[in-house]
Amino acid sequence: MTAAQVLFYLLAAFTVALALMVVLAQNIVRAAVALIFSFCGLAGLYLLLDAEFLAAVQVLIYVGGITILLLFAILLTSRIAGKGVRVLNEQKLLSGLVAVVLVVLLGAAVRRGFPALAARPPQPENTPAIGELLMTTYALPFEAVSILLLVGMVGAIYLARKEPR
Amino acid sequence: MRRGATRHSLLVAGKSGRTVDELIQLLAGMGLPGLLAQAAGMLAVCAIIIGYIAVASMFMIWWERKISAHIQVRLGPMRVGGWHGWAQSIADGVKLLLKEDIVPTAADKLVFALAPIVVFATALATYVIIPFGPGLWTKNLNIGVLYYISISSLTVVGIIMAGWSSNNKYSVLGAMRSAAQAISYEVPLVVSVLGVIMVVGSLNMEAIVEYQSSRMWGFFPGHWLVWGQLVGFLVYFTAALAECNRLPFDIPEAESELVAGFHVEYSGIRFAMFFLAEYANMFVVSAIAVTMFLGGWKGPVLTLGFLSPGLAAKLWGLFWFLTKAYFLIFVMMWLRWTLARLRVDQLMHLGWKVLLPIAFLNLGFTGLFLILKDVWWGS
Repeated sequence: MTAAQVLFYLLAAFTVALALMVVLAQNIVRAAVALIFSFCGLAGLYLLLDAEFLAAVQVLIYVGGITILLLFAILLTSRIAGKGVRVLNEQKLLSGLVAVVLVVLLGAAVRRGFPALAARPPQPENTPAIGELLMTTYALPFEAVSILLLVGMVGAIYLARKEPR
Repeated sequence: MRRGATRHSLLVAGKSGRTVDELIQLLAGMGLPGLLAQAAGMLAVCAIIIGYIAVASMFMIWWERKISAHIQVRLGPMRVGGWHGWAQSIADGVKLLLKEDIVPTAADKLVFALAPIVVFATALATYVIIPFGPGLWTKNLNIGVLYYISISSLTVVGIIMAGWSSNNKYSVLGAMRSAAQAISYEVPLVVSVLGVIMVVGSLNMEAIVEYQSSRMWGFFPGHWLVWGQLVGFLVYFTAALAECNRLPFDIPEAESELVAGFHVEYSGIRFAMFFLAEYANMFVVSAIAVTMFLGGWKGPVLTLGFLSPGLAAKLWGLFWFLTKAYFLIFVMMWLRWTLARLRVDQLMHLGWKVLLPIAFLNLGFTGLFLILKDVWWGS
C-alpha cells in the first residue's frame, strides 16, 4: 500500500466512525461536535483527491459556518446541557428500509464506476480553473444558486422579523 | 483567460529556496530513508513552531502586562528574574503546569478534554502558511489565504465545545456569544481580504508578498497593499480583533459580567492551552495582516560580510517580518487597554451594519478599478 492509500483508509474510517456517532449519539450537542470532525475528515479526503480549494471551502462553510450555526441554535433552544432532548425517533423499520435502499443504490453506482470521473492529468492549481468555469461554462447554474440563496435569505428575514402591530 | 496566464507565471517565477525541503534533503543525505527523513523533517519543523509559539507567547504576555501597567501609570511585574521582571511569564507558566487539573463532576469529560486541544491545534495549524521570510515557511500553499480563513474559523468550535461541556451557565453564555461573534465577523474578514486577492490575482502568500516588493523613489514602500487597500486593511484588522476575542471584542470572556466566559471551569495546563492559543492567534492575525497589507518580509537588506547573500536575505526577511508583526501586536495591546468593551448589540451592529457594507463597497470599488485599469491602460 502506498502512503496515500493508508491515509485514505485512515481518513475514511475516521469520517465514517464519526458520521455513525452523529446518528447514534444520545446527546444532540455531542452529535453536532461529531459532525464537525466528520466534515474535517471529508475535507481530508478532498485533499487526497488534489481538490484543495474544495477542502478549504468544505471546512470554511460546513465546519466554520453551518455547524456553528447548528450548535448556536441548539444552545439557544434546548436546555443548557442539551440532555433530555429526544434524538432518535421510533420509525426504525422505515429508516432501516431507506438505509438498505441507499446502500444498494450506492453499491450499484460504485460497481458501474464513474467513467466521467476518469483520472485527469494533475493540474498545478485548480482554484483559478474552478473560478473560470463558474464564470463561463457554468454561469447559469451559478446564478441560479445565487437566486436560490437570495430567496432563502428573504424567507429567513420574513420569518424572523417582528410582526407589525 | 489572458490575465490568468500571466498571473500563473508570476507564481512559478516566484518560487525560491524552501527551507523545509532543504532540511528534509539534508536529513535524507545523512542516510535516513526517504519517508523517515520526511517525517523527521516535519517533526523538527513542528517542534520549532511549537517552541516559537511557547516562547513568543510568554514574551507577549510579559509585554502586555508591561504595556497595560505603563498605560495605567503602574510598573507591572518588576521582581521575578531581575531586569523588569522578565521571568514573570516563565514563573507563571511553571505554576500553571504544576496546578491541579480540575474537571467538574457534571462536565462532559470527553468534550471537556478535547476542547483545549482543538483550540490550540487550530492555532498551530495556521502557522503552516506564515511566510516568516524568503523560503522560511512550512508549506507554500497555493490556497494560502483561503487555508488561513478556513482554519481560523475552527477556533470557535473549540470554544463552543469548552463552553458547553463545562456545564456552567456562564460558560454556555460565553460560548454562545463567541459563536455569534465568530459568524458575524467572519464575513467582513473574508470580504476585506478579497480586495487584496483581486489585486494580486493569487491566494498564494509568496505571490502576495512578491507583488508588494518594488519601491517608489528607491525607498518608499509604495507597493504595499495597505495604501490601495486601506479600507480593507482597517476592516480586516477590526474583524481580526474580534476573531481573536480581544478587547474591545472580548464579550465571550468578559471577566466583569461572565466571570471568564467559556473557560471558567478550566484550570492548570488546560487553561494554559487556551491562554497560549489566544496569544498564538494574535501573532497569526498580525502575521497575515503583515503579509497581505504591509509587504511581508520585504525591507532594506544590509549585506553583512560574514553571511552568504541567501542567508542574509533570510535573516533580514525574518527581522523585518517580526518587527512589523510585533508592531501590529503592540497596536492590539494598546487598543485593549484603551478602549472599553462593546455591548452585545453594539457588537452585532458594528459587524453587520458597519463593517460588512464597508467591506462590500471596498470589494466593488476594487473590482471597478481593476476593470477600468484594464480598459484604459490595457494589460
